[in-house]
Amino acid sequence: MVKGLASYWRLIPQRYNLIGTRCKNCGEKFFPPRKLCPKCRRAGEIEKFKFSGNGEIYSYTIIHTAPEGFEFQRPYVMAIIKLDEGPWVTSQIVDCKPEDVEIGKKVRMVFRKIIAGGKEGTIRYGYKFKLVD
Amino acid sequence: MPVGIVGYGAYIPRYRIKVEEIASVWGSDGERIKRGLLVKEKSVHAIDEDTATISVECARNAVDHSGINPEEIGAIYVGSESHPYIVKPTATIVAAAIEATPELTAADYEFACKAGTAAIQTVMGLVESKRIRYGMAIGADTSQGKPGDALEYTASAGGAAFIIGDEDLIAEIHDTYSYTTDTPDFWRREGQEFPSHGSRFTGAPAYFKHVVSAAKGIMERNDMKPEDFKYVVFHQPNGKYPLNAAKTLGFRKEQLKTGLLTPWIGNTYSGATLLGLCAILDEANSGDKILVSSYGSGAGSDAFIIEVTEENEKRRNKKPVSDYIKKKEYINYSIYSKFKGKIKGVGLER
Amino acid sequence: MNENRVAIIGIGMTKFGELWDYSYRDLITEAGIKAITDAGIEGEDIQELYVGSMSPGLFAGQEHIGALVADYSGLSGIPATRVEAACASGGLALRQAFLSIKSGRNDIVVAGGVEKMTDVPTGAAMMALMGAGDEQWEAFQGITFPALYALMARRHMKEYGTTLEQISEVSVKNHYNAQFNEYAQFRFEVSLEEVMDSPPVAEPLRLLHCSPITDGSAVVILASEKKARELKDEPIWISASALATDSLALHDRKSLSRMDSVILAAKKAYKQAGIEIKDIDFLEVHDCFSIAEILAIEGLGFCKLGEGGILTEEGQTKIDGDIPVNPSGGLKGKGHPVGTTGISQAVEATLQLRGEAGKRQVKDAEIGLIQNVGGSGATCVIHILSRG
Repeated sequence: MVKGLASYWRLIPQRYNLIGTRCKNCGEKFFPPRKLCPKCRRAGEIEKFKFSGNGEIYSYTIIHTAPEGFEFQRPYVMAIIKLDEGPWVTSQIVDCKPEDVEIGKKVRMVFRKIIAGGKEGTIRYGYKFKLVD
Repeated sequence: MPVGIVGYGAYIPRYRIKVEEIASVWGSDGERIKRGLLVKEKSVHAIDEDTATISVECARNAVDHSGINPEEIGAIYVGSESHPYIVKPTATIVAAAIEATPELTAADYEFACKAGTAAIQTVMGLVESKRIRYGMAIGADTSQGKPGDALEYTASAGGAAFIIGDEDLIAEIHDTYSYTTDTPDFWRREGQEFPSHGSRFTGAPAYFKHVVSAAKGIMERNDMKPEDFKYVVFHQPNGKYPLNAAKTLGFRKEQLKTGLLTPWIGNTYSGATLLGLCAILDEANSGDKILVSSYGSGAGSDAFIIEVTEENEKRRNKKPVSDYIKKKEYINYSIYSKFKGKIKGVGLER
Repeated sequence: MNENRVAIIGIGMTKFGELWDYSYRDLITEAGIKAITDAGIEGEDIQELYVGSMSPGLFAGQEHIGALVADYSGLSGIPATRVEAACASGGLALRQAFLSIKSGRNDIVVAGGVEKMTDVPTGAAMMALMGAGDEQWEAFQGITFPALYALMARRHMKEYGTTLEQISEVSVKNHYNAQFNEYAQFRFEVSLEEVMDSPPVAEPLRLLHCSPITDGSAVVILASEKKARELKDEPIWISASALATDSLALHDRKSLSRMDSVILAAKKAYKQAGIEIKDIDFLEVHDCFSIAEILAIEGLGFCKLGEGGILTEEGQTKIDGDIPVNPSGGLKGKGHPVGTTGISQAVEATLQLRGEAGKRQVKDAEIGLIQNVGGSGATCVIHILSRG
């Protein structure tokens, strides 16, 4: 299955390194990156911005009914994480028991496999988070 | 100008399985096996980890420790016997993940458990010849143990990355010497899921011959004796072999202790010798000399004489190996099988 | 605002459920024929059609729905448009049909919704539904729709003290109401214990907090005031049609415990209809997951933010309560063929206003509001329907 080959490759800086954007005009930071600042619109000046990967849990759920390809990780934690720099990001929290997760706990980014395209397809890597202890 | 280590990083996955847990599946005596191998438990990677993710984690740790700009890394070599792809390098995934792209050379290495030290030798050459400023060498594995085989008790997961350069060194590499022959002690043919080995043949004519010869060769060439070294680290397929090698060469247990990690994490294959070296550097002080002799089946050993500089005390690694060893969660054989893809149909695939 | 009033003169829908014997084309044809019959018009009278369907491409490899529906309705030649806003596709189709008549351009326009979700295995259906979210930054990461709403539920519980019992009461009520709805997929009651003990799907949400995978179609026929008065003694009027959007991804919202698209659309709708909240007699809202009904009644202004759970627990949203919500059984009891839901809400509202809702009739129903949501709240479409 080679669907999404180029779209995955295009997002490698984001998936591997949380490369987002920042509007020089109003200072707002975006992850995922935006090429148009919703506030300033054409008056905005967009530049690259790399996020540190540190954040805290804003909300979380424990998934029992998983989409195809994720069923062997059940039950797994999906969270919306508030990055230190402001934006929220949706991601799995790994390397912990589901009951250890709480709103407000600090997390940091790790590099993990997300999914592979079948047995012959490429392996898609990306960001997940783990609890900071 | 001396060449040496600018920074290093380790990574050991969180999960552990005890020897007696594995033994209970096959009806073997766990306690007897523990005593025989001098191994208590081994590290297991999570279902979403592989050699690439492990390599990235230790590479990132090494970059953080060294404080260098990753764009200055001119070469990355990743040595493993469990690369995620047979064709498509792990090294480029690491390069992108540490933002070293695009101006660098990269490739993957295979030489059983010594692929990582071979990578160190390569980047040493590139640095010494002034072709690159810094080079990164990684040894990492998520070794697959054949169910029911003796090696299943020790085949584990982990890795370490070293950044080699000739400035701001925490340790100088005074010399490297290798002993290489064509010895078929342990191998895996294309398409085979698990490696095969020559059982007792893997001992004297393989591991011991090469580890001891390389260590002897480098000491002779540099007019040094075992007493000159504060630390020694050998490749460590179990807790026993390195002890015997040390005895043969005239090293004491105290010199071997810090770098011997297999009893707690198993044999991380391409990561083993390098992780032992990381553990030593985590505590070594200025002037301490370290003898390294790795081993890769097939077969060969790479030996190094390393001397720690005063930089090392100033720049202690914030993620020492002991932290990774301490952070653990035990799993049983079923979960272990699930994580390691030993169950048909299980994988992160759609 | 011009005075071209728009009326609903005909309604029709299929049963909702796992309809193995019905194809996509069978569904829309049956609903369409019922609607035309109910309207008392002929096929030739139809000037334009709008169809809401979220994912026939992923469910059946079929696109080009506008032409397909016109063709299989025997109406090839007329302008036909498929609209899509995930689970709000139906509401969007209704809105487009409404605007088409409001503009003065047409007199009789059909708005239909159709979705056939059971021709693919459940896993594939769930993947198709994730298209309603952010493919790159939500679906790719391994999240599901129940999980997105669970993230909202957990914040609602943390910020307002809403309990799982309160959220579960929504399911209990909607199952109770659906018993009296001959079109509903589930016509059995469930107890609070059964809801709270049902298998976890994405904690804290459980199976009985989640609307099902459903096949179904619904069609309404809209007419200009002139035509409506010719055909019907008591047409049902659409006095407002409002649409608002919010960020596609849940993580780009300003809050996880409220739906800004609902708040925005509601304001616009009340202004258009020239009414206040107290004038509304019943609601049909988008309870794709039970928490969504609580977010809806708060967003629509029927209670303060955070008090939706209390309102539900007190029984105010039951058919005989102060503000009946989802007398049809809602998405939970009736079923949720995604692109169809918005139109089926209009069908239910029309039945209520005509006094034809049988055992689930809301007493003295004069004005009703229907609310349809796309994805996790990126689109909200609201219509207000009234007698007279």
